[in-house]
Amino acid sequence: MTIVRFVRAWWLDAVSLAVAGIVFIVPFVFIVLMAAKDRVEAQRFEFSPPSEWLLFPNIAEVLDARNGIVVTAMRNSLILTVASVTILVVLSAMVGYVLQRRRDRIGSVVTALMLAGLIIPPAIVPTIYVLQSIGLFKTLVGLTLVEVAFQLPFSVLIFRTFVSSIPRELDEAAIIDGASSFQLFTHVIFPLLRPAMITVIVVSAVAVYNDFVNPLYFLPGTENATVQLTLFNFISQMNSRWHLLFADVLLLTIPPLVMFIFFQRQIVSGMAAGAVKG
Amino acid sequence: MLGAYPHWFYLPAGIVFGLIFVVPTILSFYYSLTRWTLFDTEFIGLDNYFLFFREPALTSGLRNTIVYAVVTSGLKVVIGLLLAALLTSRIRLRNLLRSIVFFPVLVSTVAVGITFAVLLHPSDGLVNLALGAVGIDGPQWLSDPSIALLSVALVDVWKGVGIALVIFIAGILSIPEEYNEAVRLEGGAWTQFRHITLPLSRNATFTVILLSFIGGLRTFDLIWTMTRGGPGFASDVIASTIYKQYQAGFYGLATAGNVILFIGVAVLVYPMMRFFARREIEL
Repeated sequence: MTIVRFVRAWWLDAVSLAVAGIVFIVPFVFIVLMAAKDRVEAQRFEFSPPSEWLLFPNIAEVLDARNGIVVTAMRNSLILTVASVTILVVLSAMVGYVLQRRRDRIGSVVTALMLAGLIIPPAIVPTIYVLQSIGLFKTLVGLTLVEVAFQLPFSVLIFRTFVSSIPRELDEAAIIDGASSFQLFTHVIFPLLRPAMITVIVVSAVAVYNDFVNPLYFLPGTENATVQLTLFNFISQMNSRWHLLFADVLLLTIPPLVMFIFFQRQIVSGMAAGAVKG
Repeated sequence: MLGAYPHWFYLPAGIVFGLIFVVPTILSFYYSLTRWTLFDTEFIGLDNYFLFFREPALTSGLRNTIVYAVVTSGLKVVIGLLLAALLTSRIRLRNLLRSIVFFPVLVSTVAVGITFAVLLHPSDGLVNLALGAVGIDGPQWLSDPSIALLSVALVDVWKGVGIALVIFIAGILSIPEEYNEAVRLEGGAWTQFRHITLPLSRNATFTVILLSFIGGLRTFDLIWTMTRGGPGFASDVIASTIYKQYQAGFYGLATAGNVILFIGVAVLVYPMMRFFARREIEL
């Protein structure tokens, strides 16, 4: 009897887990297995444990490949991600705040521009032209500005929604106490934006770190590579050293995994919220 | 009181957004009418556009883009909604399963592309070996021109269905519990899905369709990593033809591709948004 009850209670869980395991987990296990094999074994693409686990030697070899370009790329990606997310948070919090507090014509123009930014695909070559004419094409600074501009609409909308939950009475009290409009923002509002800030930081950090298209167009050249660009170039450069290619894949998947473990709730709610507004 | 919210707060963001997004978008309309080398422009009218609609390699890109957007957004809606219904039911492992389905959203597209290019290898790939084990002769996923685009679209769904899932879950959880209770007295899980969940997650459905349709029209990374638009031009989309024209130095032509994509998105997405806004439901 108890077995029947057990089966009845758990069969749906068991089936779902088995399907999810095959569809979603097997590919990640495959990455780990490939990354731990030697060159010859990896070329067979088999889903089997390596005869000898070479995970760490392989990762060390990837870090060493092509004069340590992966390490350079990691440094560049770190700088790019931290810089763009920092600038993004400050700029979009300012816009989202005033946008929510002030309902006027300029505000509706700003809202329209943000919606346009969510939908319209960026014009690539004219952007290169503009960057080149201000001397920022092929520079990390230029790419940072590109990332800020493209992430801005989503972040502004997140902040605008969140500001509406902060009572205006707070602003009035601060003004009566003699705060300037700038102090009101920096000392009263900005600290209260923490939850929205975490969402924006996590979601846009993942987006910038994983970005492939913009580095491809705006930061070409070997010494400037970002991690995704390096990984892409490895496809042809590693010519069939699949174990190293997959060791790089594994290496680059660790940061999002860490983010996911610590910030799953913010990421999920942020993506759902951003989507509903968009 | 309005003085407390100064307009200059828009300024820093406005400069970056204006310079990097607005100005290039406006410039693109002019440069799409030229033969352009960045240093030198020659006005050639609508020639770039004629080329885009006449050259077979380019027109197939237009068609593929639409197919890709329709297939990916359609599958994301269907699979996302079914998964969301399952994972908001009384299933015990719902949190674990949600995490498992969502995680690929955070993995880089290039990494996913590389992994699946290997998994879909015609003779040695795990997918075809598994299909072979149950007696199915798996196709040449990425090297058969007639299905290469669809294969990439399936991988796109694998990677992106997690977003659809969380949007549908948010939608389903906003349905008042009384409705479900009322229907539970009448019929089983299917009745509940058919008469409550399905009609009342309409807003979430619209959101998922819009998001994945726009994303599908703009798609580039996954296709570029997995097939580079090949075999031949079989899986080329507008974004990949733009990149190819750019690489070849045809900047005017590449920009015309951008404008076509821009207009295509506007022409297809704007009526969808209007239609959805009119049919939105209040819960």
